[in-house]
Amino acid sequence: MAHFTKKSKAKPEISTASLPDIIFMLLIFFMVTTVLREQEVQVRTILPEAEALTKIEQKRYVSYVWMGPEKLPANRVGDTKVQIDDAVIEDLTNIRSIMYRKLSEQPRLIVSLRVDEESEMGVVTDVQGELRKAGTLRISYSSRRDISNI
Amino acid sequence: MSILAKKKKREGAEIPTSSMADIAFLLLIFFLVTTTIDVDTGIGMTLPPEPDETTPPPPVSDRNMLKILINAQGQVLLEDLPSSVSMIRQEVMIHVQNNGADLRYSDSPSKAVVSIKTDRLTPYNLYIQTLDEVWMAYFEIWDIEARSLGYPSYIEYRSDLESGLENEIREKWPAQVSLAEPDPGN
Repeated sequence: MAHFTKKSKAKPEISTASLPDIIFMLLIFFMVTTVLREQEVQVRTILPEAEALTKIEQKRYVSYVWMGPEKLPANRVGDTKVQIDDAVIEDLTNIRSIMYRKLSEQPRLIVSLRVDEESEMGVVTDVQGELRKAGTLRISYSSRRDISNI
Repeated sequence: MSILAKKKKREGAEIPTSSMADIAFLLLIFFLVTTTIDVDTGIGMTLPPEPDETTPPPPVSDRNMLKILINAQGQVLLEDLPSSVSMIRQEVMIHVQNNGADLRYSDSPSKAVVSIKTDRLTPYNLYIQTLDEVWMAYFEIWDIEARSLGYPSYIEYRSDLESGLENEIREKWPAQVSLAEPDPGN
């Protein structure tokens, strides 16, 4: 019984006064790192595997170009299509003006090509030709890390 | 005056701050769930600028150019000889590190160019594998150079490098990969 009286005298309590501040700090961190607007990708892109990878840390420099077979209902896939932002590009010559506009907004633009591994080089070459015409020369072939070799 | 002061005192208006943490928690959980912290990884390349009609491309002598050709069936031609993807890394390393010793390979590392040519129907997967092998060859060369400078690896060297300084290893062994215009295919 003596122990109990001792306990009540000490009053060990953690101060919760700074709790909101800690939470707010975390909140602000996640608010800053969140990218709210994720594009819905309308083409299938299973990325190829590679070893010689470099990371693109600055996400705001990156603009994505998706290439791959179009997703159709009931898990079927159609012809190879190119998608930039939200739209599927039917006429590839439009890429030039789109990329030119993006480059004038962000001079350090990196175009990340997310190409399905079952695609053929033809479409990739066409898109690269348009990128060259637009002057967006920094590209990255988006790939997954090859896990089998590690 | 006395009436006014009395009234104010009685109200004692205060916003309760005890629920502040709960509100912040809710917002925190929302942003926690919606955040995606994924870093995009890929093989970086710089495309050549659009060719100018008036200026011809710089001449590259045949011995400085390592030609890799991949056709629609996925067959690899390395310097006009049938080969395979797994042979590329070794061949690129020999080519770049030649320093004029062998007449079939490059004069010096700064002149060595690796040219990759594909067909329109070449599988993209194979192209990435080829490009990967070429870049891994350069990474291995850079690793060797970094070790001779006393670093455990090239990645260590690069992370140690101050932002203003030149990357001397890349200066010495520049990676020059050229992507040739593909054949129209058949």
